[in-house]
Amino acid sequence: MKIAFWFLVFPGFLFTAIVGMLLTWVDRKVTARIHWRIGPPWYQPFADFFKLLAKETMIPAGTPKFIFLLAPMLGVIAMTIIAVMLFAMNFMPDKSFVGDLIVLIYLLALPPLGLILGGSASKNPLSAVGASREMTLYFAYELPFLAAILIAVIKTGGQIRIGEMVAFQQLYGPILYSFSGVIAMLISLFAMQAKLGYVPFDIAEAEQEIMAGPLLEYSGVALAMFKLTKAMMFFILPCFLITIFWGGLASRWAIPKLLLLVVLVILLKNTNPRLRIDQALKFFWIGLVPFAIVGIILAFYNL
Amino acid sequence: MSNNRRIVPIGPFHPLQEEPEFFKLIVEGEKVVDIEINIGYNHRGHEFISPSLTYDQVPFLVERICGICSNSHPLAFVLAVEDAAHIEVPERAQYLRSVVHELERVHSHLLWLGLAGHFIGYNTVWMWAWRYREPILDLFEIITGNRNHYAMNKIGGVRRDINPGQFPEIEKVLNLAEQKISMLTHAVLDDPVLHARLENVGILPKEKAISYGVLGPTARASGYAIDVRKDDPHCAYDKIDWNMIVLEEGDIFAKAKVRLLECFESIKIIRQCIKQLPEGPIQARVDDIPPGEGCGRTEAPRGEVFHYVRSDGTNKPIRHKVRAPSFMNLPSNEYAVKGYSIADAALCLAAIDPCYCCTERMAAFEDGKEIYNGKQLLELSWQKTEILKSKYRK
Repeated sequence: MKIAFWFLVFPGFLFTAIVGMLLTWVDRKVTARIHWRIGPPWYQPFADFFKLLAKETMIPAGTPKFIFLLAPMLGVIAMTIIAVMLFAMNFMPDKSFVGDLIVLIYLLALPPLGLILGGSASKNPLSAVGASREMTLYFAYELPFLAAILIAVIKTGGQIRIGEMVAFQQLYGPILYSFSGVIAMLISLFAMQAKLGYVPFDIAEAEQEIMAGPLLEYSGVALAMFKLTKAMMFFILPCFLITIFWGGLASRWAIPKLLLLVVLVILLKNTNPRLRIDQALKFFWIGLVPFAIVGIILAFYNL
Repeated sequence: MSNNRRIVPIGPFHPLQEEPEFFKLIVEGEKVVDIEINIGYNHRGHEFISPSLTYDQVPFLVERICGICSNSHPLAFVLAVEDAAHIEVPERAQYLRSVVHELERVHSHLLWLGLAGHFIGYNTVWMWAWRYREPILDLFEIITGNRNHYAMNKIGGVRRDINPGQFPEIEKVLNLAEQKISMLTHAVLDDPVLHARLENVGILPKEKAISYGVLGPTARASGYAIDVRKDDPHCAYDKIDWNMIVLEEGDIFAKAKVRLLECFESIKIIRQCIKQLPEGPIQARVDDIPPGEGCGRTEAPRGEVFHYVRSDGTNKPIRHKVRAPSFMNLPSNEYAVKGYSIADAALCLAAIDPCYCCTERMAAFEDGKEIYNGKQLLELSWQKTEILKSKYRK
């Protein structure tokens, strides 16, 4: 019963969804202010979500129905599990919750996988292009992202239990406050931007080029699930970065830190044009990977 | 078609462009190997309506060909009629025409800059460019009475005068516009990501530009120095000191740069026009249009607009032909898009600043086959009117 409450209400699905949508509103409002617009009221993401729930879900003829409808669910499920794990590990590190970093990394791969599956199942050339772009982008950002996480693992002396990583940081100070920590955080910020699919890395959904790409054929509840995944990610990913690099969530500074990361994402989103997929790949592999290697070397010398 | 080739449709309804047009991109993976351009989704019928209106009414009609170049079309039309009837336009009217025409160029280029920002996913540029376009539209309202569709030109002159009381306001808006456009220009020209995205993409070399007959900024960005304002001076353009902006690169970045730099030239022209504005009447007396024919050309923001008018001595033209610049610029995509990725192709299609509502009055083609020509479209339209009429008769 308690587990069900954890997963469905707090800190799982419901809580993450609500906070995520509120953060989406922050995004929309700040973006609007940067654009000299007024921006929507706070309930706009909720209104959009419920409107989508009421719409008909169209399934294009000839698509594999099961995969087409499974794809949007993958991200929501993954995000719910990550939320529960993150909170359990942050606030109850002594309870032996089976959750190490590797599980989280795999779960974080599910939302892009959902997009790739959905886009490929849509039987639309534009969705297929979007899915292939999403796949390329995933491989592009995952390498420096893993390297950045590796820096944290090295710094904590080989811990891959998040609870122990948090405990380490509470003892010796956050990983961020060191050279390698800063490098790891910067790389993760870019990777987060790409994972969220925001400009300059909204290549997979580029509406002006391929009309929302993988999401093109989705409507109604299925589309709402994709939007919800994105909103939840907008909450979970900064939390994940704070947990690993910035001292964990069990602190009164957690909320300002979270808002700071969110605003950084929004600013990056609004001051850049979209990159081309090959440029994004070059940016992550040629631009960030050497940087990450330097960070790993620094981490070995405990800098 | 080989197996690894696929079709990526851009249009007829696509978020990239607001108007109906169809670009069939034939792609291998992400690379565009071929493109087919279909226009003709929107039959406007201007050339048919025009002969049923009097000469005084036609400027209001052609103004509505395009909401953005809504000074260029009437200007080209009145120039054509004045050419046919050998009317001498008072000098003050010519200066006023130049003022409105250049203001239109500034607002149109800012509009394009905003749209280009949107197409590349840079919505901040979009919103900011359009925000700084607002004072210019307000200035239009001060000068002509309307934000869009200025109704400034009439045969023999202009409809409204500028009084000296408006000069400070005009100067204020021009200063603001100059300041903000220079800020936007620096923001665009110094952005490394924009350089990465736009440079060496969609290159249209000079010889191709000439063979496709492209016009306006599209041509001038490819080193093809044509500008009706210089080549065939009309209005006050020969009495004023200004430069034609010509760049050699031919890529999308050059096209953006040409447009941005042209805004400054336009502001320069407006300043000089206001300063040198001669005294005198703003319209000539026009009694009748003698039989004959005339051509009017003017440099719209997108390139040369051409109007041809034939008169038989009555108060209505018997033939009125319109050629908008996008009609010439569109086919150049055939060359410019090939070999680049879909992401680049989308930008490339937008880089010529296409205006389909200007262009669309042509025959419909699909896969190189003619589906409707002008006459058939007209018949189609008549049939539809008949159907509607019979429906509401009962």
